[in-house]
Amino acid sequence: MSGFLAGLLVAVLPLLAAGFWLGRRTARPTSLAGLGTPVEHATFATLHTASLATPPLRAGLTEETARKAARKLRSLLGTDALCLTDHDRVLVWDGVGAHHRTEIMERLAGPLDSGRGEAFPLTCDTPDCTVRWAVVAPLTVDDRVHGALVACAPRESAVLVRAAGEVARWVSVQLELADLDQSRTRLIEAEIRALRAQISPHFIFNSLAVIASFVRTDPERARELLLEFADFTRYSFRRHGDFTTLADELHAIDHYLALVRARFGDRLSVTLQIAPEVLPVALPFLCLQPLVENAVKHGLEGKSDQCHIQITAQDAGAEALVVIEDDGAGMDPGLLRRILAREVSPTGGIGLSNVDDRLRQVYGDDYGLVIETAAGAGMKITVRLPKYQPGVHSAGRLTPK
Amino acid sequence: MNSGYAVPAVALVVLATVLVGAFGLRISRTTSDFYVASRTVGPRLNAAAISGEYLSAASFLGIAGLVLVQGPDMLWYPVGYTAGYLVLLLFVAAPLRRSGAYTLPDFAEARLASQAVRRLAGAFVVGVGWLYLLPQLQGAGLTLTAVLTGAPDWLGGVIVAVVVTAIVAAGGMRSITFVQAFQYWLKLTALLVPALFLVLAWQRDGAPSHAFDEPAAFREQRVVRVEDGLDLRLEEPLTVTVHGTVDGRVHRGTELRLPAGTHHIDGGTRLTFAEGTEVPAAGRGVDDALSPSRAESREERPLYATYGLILATFFGTMGLPHVVVRFYTSPHGVAARRTTVAVLGLIGAFYLLPPVYGALGRLYAPELTLTGNADAAVLLLPDRVIGGAGGDLLGALVAGGAFAAFLSTASGLTMAVAGVLTQDVLPSRGVRHFRLGTVLAMAVPLGASILVGGLPVADAVGLAFAVSASSFCPLLVLGIWWRRLTPPGAAAGMLVGGGSAFLAVAATMAGYPGEGPWHALLAWPALWSVPLGFLTMVLVSLATPGRVPPGTASVLARFHLPEELRSEVSA
Repeated sequence: MSGFLAGLLVAVLPLLAAGFWLGRRTARPTSLAGLGTPVEHATFATLHTASLATPPLRAGLTEETARKAARKLRSLLGTDALCLTDHDRVLVWDGVGAHHRTEIMERLAGPLDSGRGEAFPLTCDTPDCTVRWAVVAPLTVDDRVHGALVACAPRESAVLVRAAGEVARWVSVQLELADLDQSRTRLIEAEIRALRAQISPHFIFNSLAVIASFVRTDPERARELLLEFADFTRYSFRRHGDFTTLADELHAIDHYLALVRARFGDRLSVTLQIAPEVLPVALPFLCLQPLVENAVKHGLEGKSDQCHIQITAQDAGAEALVVIEDDGAGMDPGLLRRILAREVSPTGGIGLSNVDDRLRQVYGDDYGLVIETAAGAGMKITVRLPKYQPGVHSAGRLTPK
Repeated sequence: MNSGYAVPAVALVVLATVLVGAFGLRISRTTSDFYVASRTVGPRLNAAAISGEYLSAASFLGIAGLVLVQGPDMLWYPVGYTAGYLVLLLFVAAPLRRSGAYTLPDFAEARLASQAVRRLAGAFVVGVGWLYLLPQLQGAGLTLTAVLTGAPDWLGGVIVAVVVTAIVAAGGMRSITFVQAFQYWLKLTALLVPALFLVLAWQRDGAPSHAFDEPAAFREQRVVRVEDGLDLRLEEPLTVTVHGTVDGRVHRGTELRLPAGTHHIDGGTRLTFAEGTEVPAAGRGVDDALSPSRAESREERPLYATYGLILATFFGTMGLPHVVVRFYTSPHGVAARRTTVAVLGLIGAFYLLPPVYGALGRLYAPELTLTGNADAAVLLLPDRVIGGAGGDLLGALVAGGAFAAFLSTASGLTMAVAGVLTQDVLPSRGVRHFRLGTVLAMAVPLGASILVGGLPVADAVGLAFAVSASSFCPLLVLGIWWRRLTPPGAAAGMLVGGGSAFLAVAATMAGYPGEGPWHALLAWPALWSVPLGFLTMVLVSLATPGRVPPGTASVLARFHLPEELRSEVSA
């Protein structure tokens, strides 16, 4: 019997889940039903219908968004048929009389050009067709006509003309907001491109100086260092793709550290602990190297003796956890907060704030840098990288096999 | 079996797992080791890890049990479990890796750019994961009962659940790949070494082979204790000595001659069979409606059941959540493909062994078909055939391997289910929620395993495969190879195919409708539910041509082009 019960449980669970989901989907603010007069009820209903039509339109005017919004708009206007068009074609026809599509499109040239609403009778061969009149209201964004809302009715009606005009104006506002959303996305993309990390000029200068110092005394070492330098610059100057893999980024860090060690010799020691599972993770290009550079700078700053840097990358379910830790001078947390908020400009190098900004833009605000530090207590920077993020794909392999 | 050896063996396996997990990381102290420390996982290591995660209780215990009870027909199980990777290799492995998806919901989102399909795929991952976890916990209970006589059935399940939840919730293993690879070799050793000794003992015994094609028979006088009530179906009269209740009458050591027909034997009864008696066919008593039904329907319609099994295992492997995430570890598409080839070799080698145990079990422990504990055959055989301290040691090795099987598969599944629960179901993100997700991921199947009781382990896994094959196989194959797939099509296909398979599974688990052609259809749903899933997905996609996601062409190009070309395309 217990088997039967368990099976029943297994069968009922998905039904319960489906019911819960349906309930969530169809939930209406019915709690207000007892309040107010019939007129107020009508107002609530209208506002609710309007609010339902909003989300699809916020994505701009396309066939898909028009299809989602048209039914709600038609119930708002209470007409037999409603269609949304852009400049060239009917995006969606909701309701009866879809055979008028071409006729409407032919008659729309005028209103779309002038940007003024219009009402005209339709010719129809079907005797019982209820679509006899069409009311056209253009959809305008920044004084440019994007398309038209056409409401069809059996007879001429001044009320419908007025209502269609108002609804079209409301739709236009939503489209303007959509436009705004788009320009915001474009702005973010431009910003990401502008933030694309550059290697610091100090580093180039210092590296060349170190290599120069080896040219006479140890030409072989100088040659190796030049090759490291070439590899590192090739990686940093590459132009295609905004993303790389953790493995490639670590190799770049390796080249970087080789050059730094040539300069500081035994004062710098590095421990590396990498879970091999996370090496294929895609991440924004050059977003760890600046953190290592920062650790080197802090570690050697003002101290004559040893500096130790530890880099770990762990597997944490759907995320990779990268920690970069140094035992150097550390930093006052208040100052750091101001630097990250861009109130104070950091002294030289690519700031942590650049990396922080880019991570937040790619992965969202939950994925900014987490920095633990205090003056004289070293610094520990934690980066969380989701293993999968829509739109984040590493460009081709650079590392030789 | 002597628990004095087995308990330390199990403890040792748990300890070794934790140690490899904690210290198996490559650490470099000098920059010259940089390349060593940041070397990606090679195909062979990753293949061992995938095999370690994949070879579950069903493989370790279940197959031998089925072969023991039902003979060589059951060899389709290991064939199906292996061949699933061939389908994965041909159609899915490399494009799935190139898609950059870590989990199946990730893949749905990457391909169809739809949050709704993503959430639906997440729901199916949880469903398949739970269905698959259930037999792992049951197998653990079985092992513990065999090792520690008198331990309650649920104890082993609880122990595995607690260990796995603790490991996963504490932040997982630091080097999960090494742990899983280690588990594979451990499982292979734990089956291979005793198998060699068993075969040697069998040779010394004069290599008897009569039981392979005839009904199994007792080779010596044997006392069988019936744990749960069962029905004996006798074709011929049977003479047996009874301590207990048969057909409602109490006997105390009397020799009974039971006429042909069905006899009910109450739980706790001891039957003593004489040498040479054929092992009678047993059905479970009416009070336990679960396990016999699938076996009976298999006897009724062997061809249908076999094809249902083949389809489920061939197409179900690609949708197992804990297998899919491991492909992310491969650095690129070609490596993913090489890994799959290596997996085929590794698990192919492993699956040679369980049938050996099943066949020897028919010879040396035929009464297991009566006690309903056929899944314990692998654990009991070393003691039965070899005996003495040697048998105890080999038995301990097998028990340790069995625990490794539960641990690795269960932890992989729990990780996958908990990940989906945290990401797509529970409200907000964070470590605390991952722990909550872990507990939830384990609590549901644990509760179900205590409730459901004795579904044969390999059968229960077959049900999980059927649901996976009907929902994820259409999504992956059409998603990778068909550019006209739309989000509504994918959602409808998963709901209709996977949903119907799920309902069929639920009906079977509830013991409904019991017998007849309907029962066979519901107990082996893959044969109709997989085509149904594909058909729905194709038809609904064709009916909604306007919903093909923009950018499908570039997404498919990324799936199919080797990574070397990608930079040139995107530059």
